[in-house]
Amino acid sequence: MPDVTCGVKSGDLLIPSLGVVTEIRRDTPDVKTFRVNSAEGGGVCFPHMPGQCAMLSIPGVGEAMFSITSSPTNTEYMEFSIKRCGTLTDWLHEMEPGQQITIRGPYGNCFPVETDLKGKDLLFIAGGIGLAPLRSVINYVRHYRKNYASVDIVYGARSMDDLVDIDEIRNEWDGRDGVKVHLTIDRAQEGWTGNVGFVPDFVKSLGLPTLKTVLMCGPPIMIKFVLAALQSLGFKKNQVYTTFELRMKCGIGKCGRCNIGAKYVCKDGPVFRCDQMEEMPDEY
Amino acid sequence: MLLKLSLDKTGGLFTEMARDRTLYLPVKRGGQADFAPWTPEAEVCLDYLNTARSIKDFFLPQTENIAAFKREGKKITITPTHEEPSPFVVFGARACDVRSLDVLDRVFLSDPVDTFYKAQRENGVIVSMACAEPEETCFCNAFGIDAAEPRGDVVTWIAGNFLYWEAKTPAGEALTGKLETLMSEADSSDLKEIEEQGKAARAAFKELPLGKLSLEGWSGDDLLGKFTSPLWEKMSKSCLGCGTCTYVCPTCQCYDIQDFDTGHGIARFRCWDSCMYSDFTLMAHGNPRKSQLERFRQRFMHKLVYYPANNDGMYSCVGCGRCVAKCPISMNIAKVIKALGGNANA
Repeated sequence: MPDVTCGVKSGDLLIPSLGVVTEIRRDTPDVKTFRVNSAEGGGVCFPHMPGQCAMLSIPGVGEAMFSITSSPTNTEYMEFSIKRCGTLTDWLHEMEPGQQITIRGPYGNCFPVETDLKGKDLLFIAGGIGLAPLRSVINYVRHYRKNYASVDIVYGARSMDDLVDIDEIRNEWDGRDGVKVHLTIDRAQEGWTGNVGFVPDFVKSLGLPTLKTVLMCGPPIMIKFVLAALQSLGFKKNQVYTTFELRMKCGIGKCGRCNIGAKYVCKDGPVFRCDQMEEMPDEY
Repeated sequence: MLLKLSLDKTGGLFTEMARDRTLYLPVKRGGQADFAPWTPEAEVCLDYLNTARSIKDFFLPQTENIAAFKREGKKITITPTHEEPSPFVVFGARACDVRSLDVLDRVFLSDPVDTFYKAQRENGVIVSMACAEPEETCFCNAFGIDAAEPRGDVVTWIAGNFLYWEAKTPAGEALTGKLETLMSEADSSDLKEIEEQGKAARAAFKELPLGKLSLEGWSGDDLLGKFTSPLWEKMSKSCLGCGTCTYVCPTCQCYDIQDFDTGHGIARFRCWDSCMYSDFTLMAHGNPRKSQLERFRQRFMHKLVYYPANNDGMYSCVGCGRCVAKCPISMNIAKVIKALGGNANA
C-alpha cells in the first residue's frame, strides 16, 4: 500500500506543482484519458489512494478538481479521464502530448480499500464518466485480488460509444480473476447485443445477492435512483459507498462551496457511505 | 497592569507604535470610519463604533496575489508571489471583530493550515477597544460577547479624558514594553470608572432593538428540520443576491481562486467570494443551488447550523450588525434567527 500523506509538498497549499501530459487517449466522443507525469523526474506527481482527487490547471484558463482514474498501484504515471464540458476541459481536449499542466493534491478521503472493503463481495456500479473514480478502485482491487471476494461491475452509458475504457473493460477486466462485468446502454443501437436500459433497472434485474458491498458513482440523479433500487432489493445504506463531485476551489475545506450540509465534499468526502448521507440535505 | 494616557497624547502613542510596524486604526474617510494605516495627517476617530469593513481585511485580504505563471508553447513556469508578511498592529478592534478571529482561526488554522493566513496572524498584534455604548444594530451579546471587556493582545478603554491600556498576551506585553514610558499607572479610581462605564454599556446593549435576541432553537440538533423549513422561501424572496452581507461580514471566509492575464503572464489571485452568487456552485452539469432561496439558506445554515456542527457549537456570527446596517432590503441574520428559531416575538 502506498504511503499517503496529504500530498501538499510545501506549506503553501494553493501553489501547484508541475506535471506533463505524456499521452492522450480518446475514449468516447467527449471523453479523453490523459496520462500525467511529474515534470521533475517523471513518475507520479504524488502518491494517492483510490477515490482521491487532484486539482489540474492550465494557468489563465482555469483550475478544477478531477478524480484520479489510475490506481495507486501504478507508479509509472497518473491518469485522468475527463469529459469535455466546459472552458478548462475544452482546452484540455484540444491540447497535445508534451503539454505541461499544473497539479496539486491528492485531496479528500478514499474508498476504504484497506479496511472495510477487505474480504468483501464487491459490486461496482457506474454511469457514464462516473467510471473514472471507480476505475482506480477496480484496478487496485485487481492488483490485490486475494484481499477481496467476488467482484461484479455494472456499467452503463448513453450509448455504446459513450462507454469509457471499454477496451480495458472487455480485455482486462471481464472474466479475469473472477471479475464479472455487466454492461448496459440507455437506448437500443445497431451492433449492441448487450442489455438496454437505465442502470437502476438493470441493477434490479441482475438478481445479485444482497450481501455485497456497493461502490457507485454517476450523475446525482443516477445515485439517487440506484440507491432506491438497491434498498428495494434489500441492501442497507451502510453497504453502499458513493463519491461526489461539487464545485471546488481549494480542495482543503476552506473556500466554502462544496458542502452538502455540514460536510465538505473535498475534505470529509468525496467518498461517503450512504448511511452518512441521512444527515446531509438533498442539495447535490 | 492597567496603564493610562491622556487622550490628547495619543498621537505620541501612535507614532511610537508605528515606528517599526504598520499601525492600522480607525480613520475617517469618505464619511465613514475604516481601518487604515496611521500617518501623522490621518483623521483618527476613536469615537467610531463599528468600522464599515471588519478586521478580516488584515488576515484574509480581499485579494491576494498568490502565484505567477508563464506559458510558453507547452511549457509552464510557476512562481509563488505571495508577499512576505511584515509586523503590524490593529488598534481599536471591537469585541465582535476580535471574536471573529476565533471563527476564522478554526477554518484557516485547522489541519491543513493555511500558511498565508497563519503568517498574518503571527505578525499581527490586536489592540482591542471596549465599547462604551452600542450601535443600534449591535447584537454581540446574543453570542455571549462582552463588548465592554473585549479580548485581544492588548485591551483598551476610553473613559473620561483617558485611554486605558492593559496587555493580555505575550505579544501584547512586548508591544506595551515599547510604549510604557508614554503611559502612567492607573489607580483604583480609574478602574472603578471603567467598571461603571462597562456596566452602563452592558445595560445599554440589552435595551437595543436586538438586545434580547436569543439563539434558542439553534442548538444544532435539527439540521434537516431547519433546512426544510418553509420559511426560507418567504425570507429569501426579496434577496437581491448582491453579496454585501458576505463582504462586510467579519466571519464570512469563502474565497475564490482566479487567474488574470496581465499581458506579461498570468497572475493568480485568491479573493473573497460569496455564497450569495449564482456561479458560486455552478458546474458544467448544473447547479446544486439553483435559486436565491438555496443560496440564502446556505449562508444562514452555515453560520447557525453547519459551522457550529463542525466547531463545538460555536456560531459563525459575532453580532457586529454590519449586515443589518448594510442590507439594501433589510433582511438579515437576526430576522432569520428569530423566525426559524421559533422566538419570532423576541
